[in-house]
Amino acid sequence: MLGQIAYALPFLAQGFAVTLWVSLLVVVLSLVAGVMMGVGLVYGPAPLRWAVRIFSDTIRGIPILVLIFFVYYGLPAVGLHLESFWAAVLALTLFKTAQVIEYLRGAVGSIPKGQSEAAMAIGLTFRQRLAYVIFPQAFRRFLPPWINGVTDAVKGSALVSLLGITDLMHAINQVIGRTYEAMPLYILGAVIYFAVNYALSLASRRLERRFSFIRE
Amino acid sequence: MGYTLNFNLIWRHFDKLWGGLLLSLELAVISIAIGILIGLLLAVWYVSAGRAVRAVIAAYVEFIRNVPLILLVYLVFYGLPTVVDIAYSAQTSFIATLSLYSGAYLVEVFRSGLEAVPRGQLDAGKAIGLTPWQRLVHVRLPTMLRITLPALSNTFLSLFKDTSVASVISVPELTYGAQWINFNTFRIVEVYLVVTAMYLLTGYALLYALRLVERRFRAAH
Repeated sequence: MLGQIAYALPFLAQGFAVTLWVSLLVVVLSLVAGVMMGVGLVYGPAPLRWAVRIFSDTIRGIPILVLIFFVYYGLPAVGLHLESFWAAVLALTLFKTAQVIEYLRGAVGSIPKGQSEAAMAIGLTFRQRLAYVIFPQAFRRFLPPWINGVTDAVKGSALVSLLGITDLMHAINQVIGRTYEAMPLYILGAVIYFAVNYALSLASRRLERRFSFIRE
Repeated sequence: MGYTLNFNLIWRHFDKLWGGLLLSLELAVISIAIGILIGLLLAVWYVSAGRAVRAVIAAYVEFIRNVPLILLVYLVFYGLPTVVDIAYSAQTSFIATLSLYSGAYLVEVFRSGLEAVPRGQLDAGKAIGLTPWQRLVHVRLPTMLRITLPALSNTFLSLFKDTSVASVISVPELTYGAQWINFNTFRIVEVYLVVTAMYLLTGYALLYALRLVERRFRAAH
C-alpha cells in the first residue's frame, strides 16, 4: 500500500503544482479586477455602482460549482472557446473578484470621511487621494480577510477537478482509480490541503496582529 | 454568437430542478440542525474544558476549515466505507459530511458568542441562586444565541449553496438536476440561467426571512 502511494507521489506533486498555479492565477487576477471594481462601487457614478453591485450580489448568491459549470459549458454555446483550464480559472476568478470587491468596500468604508475631505482640501487629485490617503489606511483592514480568502481560493480550486483538470484533487482520484486505496489517499490529500491552508491562515493571523494597531 | 434561447425543454424537465431545489433546502436544513447540535455541544464543552479537550476540538475545527468540502465529501462517501464496516446512501453520507462541516464553523461562532455574553449577566444569575446548569440554559445560551443569530443565518445561506457539491456523488439536488438537463437536452445556457435564478431567488428570500427573524429577536430585548 505504502509502496503504491510512494509510486504515485510524483504524479500527486504535479497535481499539487496545478492546484497552486490555479490558486495563484485566481488570487492575482481577482485582486486586480476586484480592487478596480471595488473602487468603482465606492466612488463610481450611479450606473457603474449599480452594475458592480448586481455583479457582486449575483456571483455571491450562487454556488461556485454552478458558476464553474455555467462558464465551462455555457461559453462554447455562445461561441467562446476556452480551454477547460482557463474556463475554470475564469469562473473561480469571477467568484473571488466578487469577494475582493466586498473586502475593498468594507476596508475603504471604514476610513472616516474627514480623511477624504482633508485630502480634497489640500488639493490632491482623486488618484492621489486614493494612493496617499485612503489606500494606505484601508490596507490594514483589507489584508486579513483577503488572506483568509486566499485559503478559500485554494479550497475552491479543488472544484476544477470536475472539469477534468488534473489538479491535486483530480490526481488523488486518479491514483485511487488505479490502486483502490481510497482512504489513505484522501487523507494524504487532506493533509496536503490542510498544510497549505493552515500556513496561510497562520500568516493571516500574524499579519492581522501586525496591522491591528493604528499608526498615528 | 448564433445561439437562440429556447426554454421549452427546461420547462418540460422542470420537475428535476424543482425537486432538486427542495432537496437542496432539505439537505441544508438537516445539516445545519445537526451542525448546530455539534457546534453547541463542543462550544460549551470547549469553554469549560481543560487543555487536552480544547486541543482536540481545535484540531477538528481547523482540519475541517482548511480542507476543501469536495474532498471531505469524497472521503466520507468513497473512503470511509473502505476502512469501517458501514454502508450508507450518497444522501446520508452527504448530510453527515455537511453536518460535520457546518459543525466546525459553528463551534467557532458559538464559542466567540459564549465569550461575548456579559460577565454581569452570569454574576446576576449566580446572585439569584441559579445552579451552573440553570445559568447555562436560562442565561448564557439565550443571550449567546441572540448574539450569534446573524452569523448563524449566514452559515445557513452558505450551506444552502454548498449543497451543490452533493452533485459530485450524484445526490439529485439542484445542481445535479441542472447537469442532468445540460447533458440530456444540451440547452446549456438556458438551464444554467434558470438554475442561477432559482439559487438567487431562494437565497435572497431566505436572507430576507432570516433578517426579519433577527430583527424580531433584537427587538425583544
